[in-house]
Amino acid sequence: MAGTALRGRLTWQVATVAALTRETASVCTIGLEPPDWAGHRAGQHLDVRLTAEDGYRAERSYSIASAPGERLAITVERLDDGEVSPYLTEDLQVGDELELRGPIGGYFVWEPGDDSPLTLLAGGSGVVPLRSILRYRLSTGSAVPARLLYSARTLPDVIYHDELGQHHDGVQVSYTLTRSQPPGWTGHTGRINADLLADVAWPAAASPVAYVCGPTSFVETAAAALVGLGYPPERVKTERFGATGGP
Amino acid sequence: MEPLDGNAIGGPLIDVFGAEMTGVIGTCGYCGDTGPVAELVVYRQAPGTVARCRACGNIVMVFVKVRGTTCVDLMGMASLGQPGAA
Amino acid sequence: MSHISRGFRGRRRVPDAEAGRLPPGQYLTEGFPVLSAGPTPHTPLANWTFSITRGGATKGSWSWPEFQALPAENVTVDIHCVTRWSKFDTGWRGVSVDALLDRVEPDGRYVMAFCDGGYTTNLPLDDITGGKAWVAFDYDGQALAPEHGGPARLLVPHLYFWKSAKWVRGLDLRDTDQPGFWETYGYHMYGDPWREQRYAGD
Repeated sequence: MAGTALRGRLTWQVATVAALTRETASVCTIGLEPPDWAGHRAGQHLDVRLTAEDGYRAERSYSIASAPGERLAITVERLDDGEVSPYLTEDLQVGDELELRGPIGGYFVWEPGDDSPLTLLAGGSGVVPLRSILRYRLSTGSAVPARLLYSARTLPDVIYHDELGQHHDGVQVSYTLTRSQPPGWTGHTGRINADLLADVAWPAAASPVAYVCGPTSFVETAAAALVGLGYPPERVKTERFGATGGP
Repeated sequence: MEPLDGNAIGGPLIDVFGAEMTGVIGTCGYCGDTGPVAELVVYRQAPGTVARCRACGNIVMVFVKVRGTTCVDLMGMASLGQPGAA
Repeated sequence: MSHISRGFRGRRRVPDAEAGRLPPGQYLTEGFPVLSAGPTPHTPLANWTFSITRGGATKGSWSWPEFQALPAENVTVDIHCVTRWSKFDTGWRGVSVDALLDRVEPDGRYVMAFCDGGYTTNLPLDDITGGKAWVAFDYDGQALAPEHGGPARLLVPHLYFWKSAKWVRGLDLRDTDQPGFWETYGYHMYGDPWREQRYAGD
């Protein structure tokens, strides 16, 4: 019978939507139960494929928001002119099925065996794979010190705000809000730049490793600034998101 | 249209090579620059996917899905390291 | 049986009475997707030329002011991209390729269109003459945007839209049909959407 062929983790499989969590007005986390998931590494992504009744297909990549060992989850940002993200963030229901394959990625990954201090730079939905890294760091009891600088337009746009506020175990989280700030805001403002990173990122002398994720322009600016601060280029890992909100 | 990077071709690379390749080191056949596949400049919105050397901009990889089969042209690469040996 | 995503339609509208206008395998779109294989070129108009060449020699060349002085026409056409989106009734303004070739006595049976950024595509001379092709510089009543091929692109609506080369800078006349950029990577040498000639061998 069709469908009983042996499935590897890199082939398409149909997962059940187990949970939907609204993170912000335009961002939703989708908990998934795939039938044949071999696990993943923190920082990886998966591909999602939607097929309409007339056979029309659209495919997108989304970073995995869950840590290894947790139930699989992706976090999706709704793009106004998007084709897939409005469906995933507004139409999808618990119990629906979602075709996916993965995990994908071996470069933008973090393992707890690495002692290097972590500089994590997030632009908008680029925080998603970094959140997986932070959750994995926590769940493995890693003592690696981490600094997350998260650039978002406004405070309501910050994804996982409550969760990120709970890190007191060697994780420093700071925000820069680029479009508007709430009254009394004491965090940073404006787009990421070398001065801000000189303040917030690990100094190069600490031999840190950096993970930079977000829109292409954010990543280019942030990565170049870290290199300018003395980070060896091979110690600055980058993942650029496009207009899809995913890699 | 802002380009992406080689992370975005992780899936097609698995289609073609059967292995995770984004961490593999490639050498540009035009300028000799080396680096992980993940750091290539990738244009996905086209009849095919094009990966360019970040240093010189020349095309090092082209993916085209011909009748459902992913085909890749690597003529722009001087070399590509072993899968998994990132 | 392939998986169907409940309720997913995508960014398309399905034509009712116009179904016969849609080539096989195509979907109608309301947007105008930007497809590119490289960075958007930005050639200043002062440096822009359009040339007809043959065997290394230039048979005719126009600067931007000279090109703008040529007779131009408004055309409304359906366009079909090999990535399966189609768009009906797109409005362009451009110089007919006939008007350009008439001034140079073309010989050869094929052309290779060449563009800023290095893109090329091949076409039979017959398919860009007789009112079938333009060098277009306006879209939808406005100057053609750089991401859509501006300042000027080739417009050959009866073939798949990869043949309507963006950032076109000229046509090289040839005796034989040689593959351009996408043709080299497996796309069809001719590209008739009505015969669904997407890939070599179709």
